[in-house]
Amino acid sequence: MSKRVVITGMGAITPVGTGVEKFWSSLISGVSGIDRISTFDPSEYSTQIAGEVKDFTATDYIDKKEARRMDRFTQFAVAATGMALRDAELDLEKEKRERIGVIIGSGIGGMETLWQQAKTLINRGPGRVSPFLVPMMIANMGAGQVAISYGLQGPNVTAISACASSNNAVGDAFKLLQRGDADVMITGGTEAPITPLSVAGFCALKAMSTRNDEPHKASRPFDAQRDGFIMGEGAGIMVMETLEHAQARGAKIYAEIVGYGSTCDAYHITAPDPEGNGAARAMQIALKDAGLQPEAVDYINAHGTSTPLNDKIETKAIKRVFGEHARKLLVSSTKSMTGHLLGAAGGVEALVCVLSIYNGIVPPTINYEVPDPECDLDYVPNQAREKDVKVALSNSLGFGGHNVTVAFKKYEE
Amino acid sequence: MADTFEKVKEIIIDQLGVEEDQVTLNSSFVDDLGADSLDIVELVMALEEEFDMQIPDEEAEKIRTVGDAVKYINDHQ
Repeated sequence: MSKRVVITGMGAITPVGTGVEKFWSSLISGVSGIDRISTFDPSEYSTQIAGEVKDFTATDYIDKKEARRMDRFTQFAVAATGMALRDAELDLEKEKRERIGVIIGSGIGGMETLWQQAKTLINRGPGRVSPFLVPMMIANMGAGQVAISYGLQGPNVTAISACASSNNAVGDAFKLLQRGDADVMITGGTEAPITPLSVAGFCALKAMSTRNDEPHKASRPFDAQRDGFIMGEGAGIMVMETLEHAQARGAKIYAEIVGYGSTCDAYHITAPDPEGNGAARAMQIALKDAGLQPEAVDYINAHGTSTPLNDKIETKAIKRVFGEHARKLLVSSTKSMTGHLLGAAGGVEALVCVLSIYNGIVPPTINYEVPDPECDLDYVPNQAREKDVKVALSNSLGFGGHNVTVAFKKYEE
Repeated sequence: MADTFEKVKEIIIDQLGVEEDQVTLNSSFVDDLGADSLDIVELVMALEEEFDMQIPDEEAEKIRTVGDAVKYINDHQ
């Protein structure tokens, strides 16, 4: 008999605010976190705007020396985990550390570190490259440093599947708890991709919006005038545990995680399957895993990147899975406010699903102004909506054709 | 000597995140200042850069205290 698994703690560091409270109040007020890039001069780049985290100082959360040894994506993971552990009121002194694990998603890893050290190699030679290049850059170090910082000795791995990374992390952590391999898992995603090299790379792909003169309006999923995604950075981390473990310690329960579906298009490195077959199958598998009928779903936090192709194809996939019910359920893309956090997207959006269920409010898709005939669902345009959400799905789709859906449910005994 | 010590101290405070009063000529990098092997590699690089010199690995291995570093630098400048 597999175990039930619940969410008991959350931590968020995002372009619309650091801390879950600020994150959530921004989302339900429809605040955009997109502005002109401030960490380097973006004048020569076709896309000059992004969702930067503006209210985060690493040393508020991490010892100064330790913080210097971490890339920004790792700092986000360690700090957000601290918030989630505090929120869960998990007393690590009383827990069996080897029964607490970590699975965190990251699509890229320490890009800033790699970029800085590549410059050092070119300008000053191999003898000046830092011994911390490798341990700071490797993408598993978010999960590794979280374990070191909090002494968590259970299963520890990093999921990497581009923009689906942290949905794979969340789903894998769920399965691991369900089969009893750990009592508690720290899971979610982290990413710090706003560096000259990665912004240039995504500009070259022509995947990002060039609406540089209207940053707040640039991320506009499902709107007919959308012209690409906007990069974001940050982390969304949750404490997930078996129901029995949560009950034994009298923990507050936000929601239950009930389903996980993971597929691949096996089609193209960056373009999605034109029919959205892989995305549709991910949703179907997650529903089957959860033992839910499509009609049970109240809300889908869409991948909804604001690229012309993604939003059209994801809509098609949703209609295929849900039939008539597709027009009754709510679909929104919080990327309209946060931008696209790439490998951290699923982590942040899992929090959105859990908070929607817990608070009975669905955050909007902002900048929805001009309907697109090919995107004809209820995207919760521009205004948050009160709704008793019993079941919420989170979709993440990534370069490489990765499609991942996780299903959350209101907790009922 | 005093001038070298001040410069070395500044680098140590920055890289190892320690307080100024912890750094004396007798402080051991590992035992007193909490450095691990990677910290020491990075520290040696920073000293090479600051004092414009090369410290061979076999010599770097002998540097255990702040005083050792200051002496090596003064002897080789």
